[in-house]
Amino acid sequence: MRQLCKGNVAVVKGAILAGCRGYYGYPITPASEIAEAAALYFPQVGGTFIQAESEVAAINMVYGAAAAGVRVMTGSSGPGLSLMQEGMSYLAGAELPCVIVDVMRGGPGLGNIAPEQSDYFAMVKGGGHGNYRNLVLAPASVQEMAEFTMLAFELADKYRNPAVILTDGFVGQMMEPLELEDREIQPPEKPWAVKGTPETRANLISSIFLETDELEDHQRKLEAKYIRAQEAETRYELCRTEDAEVLLVGYGIVSRVLLSTVEALRKQGVKAGLFRPITLWPYPSKALVEAASKRNVQKVLVVELSNGQMVEDVRLALNGKVPVEFYGRVGGNVPSVRELQEQVLSRIAVAV
Amino acid sequence: MANERGVSVVDPEVKVIVESEAKAVTKPETNPDINPQDTGDYEAIHSKSPLFYDLYERKSELKHQTHYCPGCGHGVVHKLIAEALQDLGVQDKTIFVSPVGCSVFAYYYFDVGNVQVAHGRAPASATGIKRSCPDKMVISYQGDGDLAAIGTAEIVHAANRGEKITVFFVNNGIYGMTGGQLAPTTLVGMKSTTSPWGRRPSNEGFPLHMAELLATLEAPAYIERVALSDSKNIMKARRAIRKALEIQRNGGGFSFVEILSPCPTIWGKDPVEARRWVLEKMTPTFPLNVFRDHQPEMPSGSKAEKVPPQHSVAEVLGITPLGITPKTGGTDASKPKHAHRFKDVKIKIAGFGGQGVLLLGQLLIEMGMREGLEVSWLPSYGPEMRSGSAHCHVCLSKERIGTPLISHPDVLVAMNEYSLKKFAHEVVSGGVILYNGASLPAGFSAPEVQVVAIPASEIADKLGSTKVTNIVLMGALLEETECLAPGTALSVLEDKVKKLDLLEIDRKALTAGRLFIDEQAHIGAVSQPDGFA
Repeated sequence: MRQLCKGNVAVVKGAILAGCRGYYGYPITPASEIAEAAALYFPQVGGTFIQAESEVAAINMVYGAAAAGVRVMTGSSGPGLSLMQEGMSYLAGAELPCVIVDVMRGGPGLGNIAPEQSDYFAMVKGGGHGNYRNLVLAPASVQEMAEFTMLAFELADKYRNPAVILTDGFVGQMMEPLELEDREIQPPEKPWAVKGTPETRANLISSIFLETDELEDHQRKLEAKYIRAQEAETRYELCRTEDAEVLLVGYGIVSRVLLSTVEALRKQGVKAGLFRPITLWPYPSKALVEAASKRNVQKVLVVELSNGQMVEDVRLALNGKVPVEFYGRVGGNVPSVRELQEQVLSRIAVAV
Repeated sequence: MANERGVSVVDPEVKVIVESEAKAVTKPETNPDINPQDTGDYEAIHSKSPLFYDLYERKSELKHQTHYCPGCGHGVVHKLIAEALQDLGVQDKTIFVSPVGCSVFAYYYFDVGNVQVAHGRAPASATGIKRSCPDKMVISYQGDGDLAAIGTAEIVHAANRGEKITVFFVNNGIYGMTGGQLAPTTLVGMKSTTSPWGRRPSNEGFPLHMAELLATLEAPAYIERVALSDSKNIMKARRAIRKALEIQRNGGGFSFVEILSPCPTIWGKDPVEARRWVLEKMTPTFPLNVFRDHQPEMPSGSKAEKVPPQHSVAEVLGITPLGITPKTGGTDASKPKHAHRFKDVKIKIAGFGGQGVLLLGQLLIEMGMREGLEVSWLPSYGPEMRSGSAHCHVCLSKERIGTPLISHPDVLVAMNEYSLKKFAHEVVSGGVILYNGASLPAGFSAPEVQVVAIPASEIADKLGSTKVTNIVLMGALLEETECLAPGTALSVLEDKVKKLDLLEIDRKALTAGRLFIDEQAHIGAVSQPDGFA
């Protein structure tokens, strides 16, 4: 049965289906509905909801619950995520699985509450201290907010690493039909956790490795894990790329606008296609190279609600093989289909 | 991190009980597990508690001894905690949270479940642990920089929530591990590497009294300050530590023991001098006392302690209906069949906050979903204030919806003049504007667009509630565009509107909106559109 649902609420519904029973968070626009839905739903299914005194406390509560072996999450928006970065570094260092949702808004500083995609660097490239990676998924619809949250829990446990749902104010605030299967997932056993049991008494959760060789070994182990994820977990979506001459690249809400733009351009006789990364880390570089290396592709245009963040990964992946151009809107402005059509047309004209 | 400091002492805690002032020691309860050597006046304990690892394997070297300096209080506190845990028989169910500071490596020693956490955050992490395993023993062990400086918020709020954890706060008035910087508890006049002329209240303020501060809160069950200054006080510390842990074991509330503790290395004193200094210099500033010793008084009454209802996941998530079955559900056999003469319709609804702008959009997508369409609704969201303007974007489509953001709507529902003027130019050629007003504002024109003025607010007022202005406009929208079936509108309203009297007005409002358009068509003021191609 389809139900209408807000993106932010769908995150919580997906989390509960994934067996998540702990939510620790702090309110912030445009992510507050996540905390509100968690406050309403978690206690009704035997879970815990705590409104923490700050995002700093929230992420460290998540750390504690994850150390105890339960599926746990938090959600916030840019300014809150800035405060959580220390904790995220610890979580990655201590190899604790959890899900963190970033409903991006305009920055820097207090910025505004309209959508941006300006936390890409902070979430995808790190943001906290030290060598670590977050697994990052970018949903573009309400259905995906639920499904990717479920997937994020699976990946987080598989790699014992924080997983981030990187989305924006529009996807968080919009309502669409949501279809959920009546099938609750049993979280995996976590023999490494500290549960206050005889079996787990010898366990230690820690990110401190005082000896240089020890810390290097630990980091090599993390790296090996990240390489495994890069090989196995990249996800993306292609739309009309077979014969595309212009390859548009965008994620999240932008991919939705680009989908409409591709259709509009096709009607005008312009062969446009869309490459939409779903995992931002690991980045689907191989698939992008494949899509962009098709004979017809003359140009790649990356569109973001930022001043050019993901475009760096596109350029790294394509490594000069195809010209990569960038168009970004910031401040909370989202480009219209017409605007993007014009961008593409003007760039093709220049190319010809 | 300055861990290279003082790693030369073997078992400093052994000396503590057998040494001076032994006569003053109250004889502790006999503990058969510790194998005490009864010497009459005092009890000498030479064995190491089984709560400690035999060999400290997690250390990289000198695995038979701790990393604490000679005369450091941590060794004593560790011992007292270990013995208490052992006596309580809770070794297997204990989770020890190590902080940042000299006791960052507490997990080297305690043979219990161990979690090492970020600087100052131990009470938050302990909260996450305890809430995940409510029947386990969770200990947060913190120093003064960790608890009273960087972690002030976390300790205050964990205490205020009455987390059922035990916090041991080792206060030596200085940062030990980083080499002797000012702590929030550094005494007035006391020199540190970052207060080279001594703590000056004019510059650094006064020492922070954490036990007293936490005792202003209602939730904590037990708060005591003790000192490792002499055997008598160490025995008091022993009792306080036991009591705090017992409270937790018995399911009681937040328990907190502040332990004034010597730091001979940084203070530049020998161990005996340092202990004397605790008594002579620290206790005047930090008086020893029991600040709280009772379970919090929980307010009675239904509002104070409402228990959340328990439901199945499927019910809570709306996968299966909860409680009352909808009067006319979405899967009802009477689902109206409606021919959608469009590929997609994009509708923008705009007005003042409080006019039901967002709700009208939600009702439309609920209808669209019930009619088997793809739908999306995107609000203009802002600070939660009523006085601003609000709008939402509604897409109804037979196919997957690309952008939910409508820059050029097929239909604009303008609930006030401001919205009409702001958004009219966006409407596509051949589109429709429904305006809430008896007539169009003077000078307004929108060529290539069909504009209909509907006195929706007046109609709603006459029906008995201005609130249904949006429903009048919905009726008009359905009649004008035929995008969705009026029957679906009725069934959605029946499901969503719980108050029967309001539902009746809604029904009338829907009809009134439709009739208004009909009559307009009759008198020829408005030509019917061809639907949406």
